[in-house]
Amino acid sequence: MTLAASRDGYGAALLKLAEDPKVVVIEADLGKSTKSQMFRKEYPERTISLGISEQNMMLVSAGLATSGYKPFASTFAIFTERGFEQVRNGIARPNIPVHICGSHGGIHTGTDGSSAQSIEDLAIYRSLPNMIVLHPSDDLSTEYLTTQLLEMDSPSYTRTARNKTPRIYDSETVKELRIGKAELLEDGDDVAIIACGVMVSRALEVSKILAEENISAAVIDMHTIKPLDGEMIDYLAKTCGCFVTIEDHSIIGGLGGAVSEHLSSNLPCPIERIGVNDHFGESGQGDELLDKYGMGIQDIVNAARSAIARK
Amino acid sequence: MTKDAGGINHLADIDELRSIATRCRREIVKMTHRASAGHPGGSLSAIDILVALYKTRLRIDPNEPDYPERDRFIMSKGHASPAIYAILNVMGFLTVSDLNSYRIMGGICQGHVDMKWTPGVDFSAGSLGMGLSFGLGVALASRMDNSDRAAFVMLGDGELQEGQIWEAAMAAAHHEVGNLKVIVDCNRIQNDDFMEKQLRLFDIPAMWKGFGWAVRECDGHDFNEIISSIEWLDSVKDRPAVLIANTVKGKGVSFMEDNPAFHGAAPNDEQLLQALEELS
Ligand SMILES: Cc1ncc(C[n+]2csc(CCOP(=O)(O)OP(=O)(O)O)c2C)c(N)n1
Repeated sequence: MTLAASRDGYGAALLKLAEDPKVVVIEADLGKSTKSQMFRKEYPERTISLGISEQNMMLVSAGLATSGYKPFASTFAIFTERGFEQVRNGIARPNIPVHICGSHGGIHTGTDGSSAQSIEDLAIYRSLPNMIVLHPSDDLSTEYLTTQLLEMDSPSYTRTARNKTPRIYDSETVKELRIGKAELLEDGDDVAIIACGVMVSRALEVSKILAEENISAAVIDMHTIKPLDGEMIDYLAKTCGCFVTIEDHSIIGGLGGAVSEHLSSNLPCPIERIGVNDHFGESGQGDELLDKYGMGIQDIVNAARSAIARK
Repeated sequence: MTKDAGGINHLADIDELRSIATRCRREIVKMTHRASAGHPGGSLSAIDILVALYKTRLRIDPNEPDYPERDRFIMSKGHASPAIYAILNVMGFLTVSDLNSYRIMGGICQGHVDMKWTPGVDFSAGSLGMGLSFGLGVALASRMDNSDRAAFVMLGDGELQEGQIWEAAMAAAHHEVGNLKVIVDCNRIQNDDFMEKQLRLFDIPAMWKGFGWAVRECDGHDFNEIISSIEWLDSVKDRPAVLIANTVKGKGVSFMEDNPAFHGAAPNDEQLLQALEELS
């Protein structure tokens, strides 16, 4: 098992994207952390440092994008939110393809504590028209999906994670990934576990435990939160008939919210949402925080059982 | 200072302040080492100022951390929490075992200063650029109450890049908020690198002057200068006042001094030993 942090995949993607001379990288004094510095080292002339000014970063990026450049701007997930209204009115509303990456998403971020742990980014960016919202599960998928953003004519928000978790893909399997298409990692017919980000590896672990109880779980990596892969959800509603969503994010409005909305409007069926239960985080190690805040392996196993019981 | 004392303590013993600062520096490197994380650089640059302010000026009470007429100290660069925890330990708000909980799950010393977790902390920081606006609110409330409570705010020089700082600066000057006192910890380094390389601020004193503030500079590691500058801050009554304290990031630990690598990185075992040796 290889451990990897998805933020490293962002840095690697920028180096690939550099082949396009119009790609520019915008920093707000967190290049060491988001890994945009990997690009800065090779292409300083195409890296623009703006200091600690996230609101400024959003509109500078928009200006560049309307003049033929392809800006990739990053900071911590939480600090992209400092410029949320700038994203809303200055980027999403005019539909300008600015690509924003928020690293250090979720409480798994760890000892920095609650001020650095965004648990609402997926919800707020998902609420904006025109936005693509990604939350890949490992470094390889982050790299692969980020390079696909170049083909998109819309703005995007990608959440990456600070800390290492088990790698999900290899250099071959990752090539199946497409923005907007959920990845069925394991098929099953008793319960569908839809996960994103650092929780995908936990979903795979849970499916093994459930298998010992003769429960067959489908495991899905929902790396694209928006546009949501409704076809995949409909398929799972028919084959499994119940769901568990897991995300290192508030259970309000994120992956669980998106899947619930889709199901209730299409094929209503039981769903249990695992995530941060309307609570701010605290300092601690990433994995112990996931356990403390209701995203432990046993919590997910229990959620799967109760989803099945509610069928 | 305790709540019974009023005004600045002119008799502060400089040697004692120095030795308290050394004790705090030792705690700062120990805390970050234990947590294998945290921000030693900006804690070490700020600590002399904090020691002077807490020991000679702030009206606070460890037995009643929330008593309403206390002065408010607002640490806007909330990542320098080890410095705050160290001085709050000296002042009797925190125990040494509280310091051991820095960045530990369930511990009261959170990664960034947090008023909901730590007695003696009056502002939840961690997101840069917010503390001056909060301090303005606190100062306005004090004025409307006809109280002599002061609001002291510490900002980082990198933090001055946030637009919100200047929104607050503008408003404080317009409203002639004479009980708002700001200290900028000018250590010339931000997260990724030297400010000179990341984003220059050409003339920091002139920027504040242009916004209508009373401005003074000092050496942020010279206790005599710090204390007379705090007196000066208090003497300005008709407008907000800012002290530009020139400091060295990582001050006191040779390999951390002026080194951007120790903005947000903890010393390892070997480095800890060396640091403690230098700080004896
Ligand atoms: C709004 C916001 N953006 C980014 C960060 C990440 N960050 C933490 S410390 C820091 C550099 C701060 O530099 P400065 O204010 O000079 O502090 P000091 O050098 O005294 O530590 C940055 C960018 C943050 N905490 N808040």
